[in-house]
Amino acid sequence: MILIMKKSENKKKIRNDIILAAVILLIAVAGLLLMNLNKTQGDFAVVKIDGVEKHRYSLSENVTVDIVTGKEDENINTLVIKNGEAFMKEADCPDGICVAHRPIKNTGESIVCLPHKIVVEIQSKDNIDGLDAVA
Amino acid sequence: MKEKTKKIAFLGVITSVALILAYVEAILPPIYAAVPGIKVGLPNIVIIFILYRFGVKDAAMVSGVRLLIVALLFGNVMTLAYSTAGAVLSLLVMTILKKINSFSTVGVSIAGAVAHNLGQIAVAILLLESTQIGYYMIILVVTGTIAGIFIGLAGNAIIKRVDLKI
Repeated sequence: MILIMKKSENKKKIRNDIILAAVILLIAVAGLLLMNLNKTQGDFAVVKIDGVEKHRYSLSENVTVDIVTGKEDENINTLVIKNGEAFMKEADCPDGICVAHRPIKNTGESIVCLPHKIVVEIQSKDNIDGLDAVA
Repeated sequence: MKEKTKKIAFLGVITSVALILAYVEAILPPIYAAVPGIKVGLPNIVIIFILYRFGVKDAAMVSGVRLLIVALLFGNVMTLAYSTAGAVLSLLVMTILKKINSFSTVGVSIAGAVAHNLGQIAVAILLLESTQIGYYMIILVVTGTIAGIFIGLAGNAIIKRVDLKI
């Protein structure tokens, strides 16, 4: 009898466990949705080299630029801005993470090329002074 | 008196088990390098075991000693701040859920893991004031839930099998 009671109690606990996990995951999904709704299309792609802003391109134009870095200008990253999105088309860095990164267009998104110390960041007109760059 | 000595010795041994688990976790390759902080949290198996078999005081003691030694061996002051916030919040939540007695070790462990991650993020927000921390939080909450399930199952298996009369 006691054993049966214990079993049903365990079942109840497992059910509670599942509810707990589901509630936590639901909150996470809700948070994700909320953040996606708050996304705003950015206006500029800002190129920073070694943390210093070097170039600023409007997302409304279509351009392809080579970002040259390194002591003897030996490193080349090709940045493409097309249809309001920015992405790294080519790079001679060893890992190629920046090239694999999906195109960015929303404020706050960024593509990072660690080996060449390049950060391409999307900014909007509202925070031109770089208030948002504290990240 | 003898009982007490036995208990102290046992807690010492199990603290070293927690340390070894932390070491194993430290030398394993990161699960997803782009997001630091995703961990299974193996030492939490030990903490859960002590929480159920001995109680919250002993769990807090072992957890504290573990944090300090892990920070000295593999980390620095920064990681100590992160992990202390996580561990304190985690143990607090786990103790409350265990007292309520309506969750199994798996539920307790899930809540503990998520609380651990939230504690760490709270410190990160205080220290870094980052804008992209929202995504990070969601990733850590989800991975924490998954890790919590595994740790809870493992902890349950050990609690069932190891029944020391101390």
